[in-house]
Amino acid sequence: MISTLFYTIWQGIKNVFRNKLFTLASVATIASCLFLFGIFYAVLANFQNIVKTAEEGVCVVVFFDEGITDKRIEEIGEMIKKRGEVSRVDFVSADDAWESFKTDYLGEYSDGFLENPLADSANYEIYLNDVSMQSSLVTFLESVDGVRSVKRSELTAMTLEGVNRLIGYASAGIILILLLVSVFLISNTVTIGIQVRREEITIMKYIGATDYFTRAPFVIEGMLIGLIGAAIPLGIIYFLYNKAIGFVTERFAVLSSLLNFLSIDEIFKTLLPISLIIGVGIGFFGSFSTVRKHLKV
Amino acid sequence: MPRKKKRYMDDDEVIVLDHVSKMYKENSNYALDDVSIRIKRGEFVFIVGESGSGKSTLTKLLLRELTPTKGNIYVLNYDLRRLRHRQVPKYRRNIGVVFQDFRLLKDRNVYENIAFAQRIVQVRGRDIRKNVPSVLATVNLAGKYKAKPNNLSGGEQQRVAIARALVNKPSILLADEPTGNLDPKTSLEIMNLFEEINNAGTTVIMVTHDKNIVNAMSKRVITLNRGVVVSDQENGVYIDD
Repeated sequence: MISTLFYTIWQGIKNVFRNKLFTLASVATIASCLFLFGIFYAVLANFQNIVKTAEEGVCVVVFFDEGITDKRIEEIGEMIKKRGEVSRVDFVSADDAWESFKTDYLGEYSDGFLENPLADSANYEIYLNDVSMQSSLVTFLESVDGVRSVKRSELTAMTLEGVNRLIGYASAGIILILLLVSVFLISNTVTIGIQVRREEITIMKYIGATDYFTRAPFVIEGMLIGLIGAAIPLGIIYFLYNKAIGFVTERFAVLSSLLNFLSIDEIFKTLLPISLIIGVGIGFFGSFSTVRKHLKV
Repeated sequence: MPRKKKRYMDDDEVIVLDHVSKMYKENSNYALDDVSIRIKRGEFVFIVGESGSGKSTLTKLLLRELTPTKGNIYVLNYDLRRLRHRQVPKYRRNIGVVFQDFRLLKDRNVYENIAFAQRIVQVRGRDIRKNVPSVLATVNLAGKYKAKPNNLSGGEQQRVAIARALVNKPSILLADEPTGNLDPKTSLEIMNLFEEINNAGTTVIMVTHDKNIVNAMSKRVITLNRGVVVSDQENGVYIDD
């Protein structure tokens, strides 16, 4: 049994080299499809990351009633932190607010002020996990006792939410189309390759080979071709990605604060398993189903 | 007490066709029509007939590539009608098959083509290394084990095919027009080889329409015409239409 297993694996490996033309065509098809898929994934993942970074800068500011106690402010802070949509809460005291205002807008002209004109401007700056949750948080905050007003950047939130949704749909759509095209092209190539070797399958069946024994070398061959076809574009993308990011960052240095790119490791965390699963999976199912058609001898 | 295996045929029989008919499409003509044949162990039988007589259908039925529309086929006590798909490989290992077009794997050498048949029935590597040279010696090809099929003559390729069919020591050797692609001299050599195999105890069923060979061999001849057995003679001759 073990020797049969090794034999079928060895035959699968040998088949890859026996049918060089078929192997080349299949590897090229798989590699091209997965290369396109990888490029789209990298671009879309970066887009999403840039939007997400922008979202993280959007905050809701809560101001308190006049004469509110420090204890009540702390209680409100605790309530806010417990909300699921909140990622971070920063407390800005009235003095902090005045210092910031002086630095940003008044400069040396602030010397004329003897008292803090923003005495009632202590606030919480609340950063969200997801800007689409802003409305529900604001509704909650407005109902909290001790809250005077809630300032939010509705337009920014709506724009970012829209862009995010658009990228989500677009990436899902493009990736789905690419996947379908890949599956179609790859299984077609595998089918043609195996049809050429229909004779071999027929001989095996006449001699008394079981379905497993007949199918196994072809399936192993298909999986190996899928693996090679997936590894090539992954290697190319790994090599090119940092160069492309370096080029874009250099060319568009003005937008450096906005262009927050993912590292190749972050891209590969998802791209590597998906590409390998698609490559090997298509090789497996393509050869499995094609051989099955010829097993009825 | 262990259950006794049901016997479908007499002990000295290897093939029984019991009123077998085969129709490919509903309401079409029968490719085989009510055929009954009994073949004993160690016999050498020619199945002859013109194109369309039902020879190929009979071969496919014996290999369990097809199942009969009517009647029963028993081979080596296997009931082919009831045989399940997963049982077919085990059944076929009892039958060596030789084709007119040799059907060798072109990308493998002589040794690998024969070893391949042993691998399929899971023979151990060390036994394969012993059995393959032995069967190659039987077919007089011991010196050509490294050659690829394309570098061999037609007769040599057919010898490799016979060696492949024999290596698993089948009870029955089924040859479908084995001399169809060979010249008369080579055909005779191949026929002598089949006779030697038969003399060693293997039942040989040969489908052919080579009149000269059939008449020269003086064996049992079953003649088919339009799906019907028209003649079954011991030491027979080829009957023309």
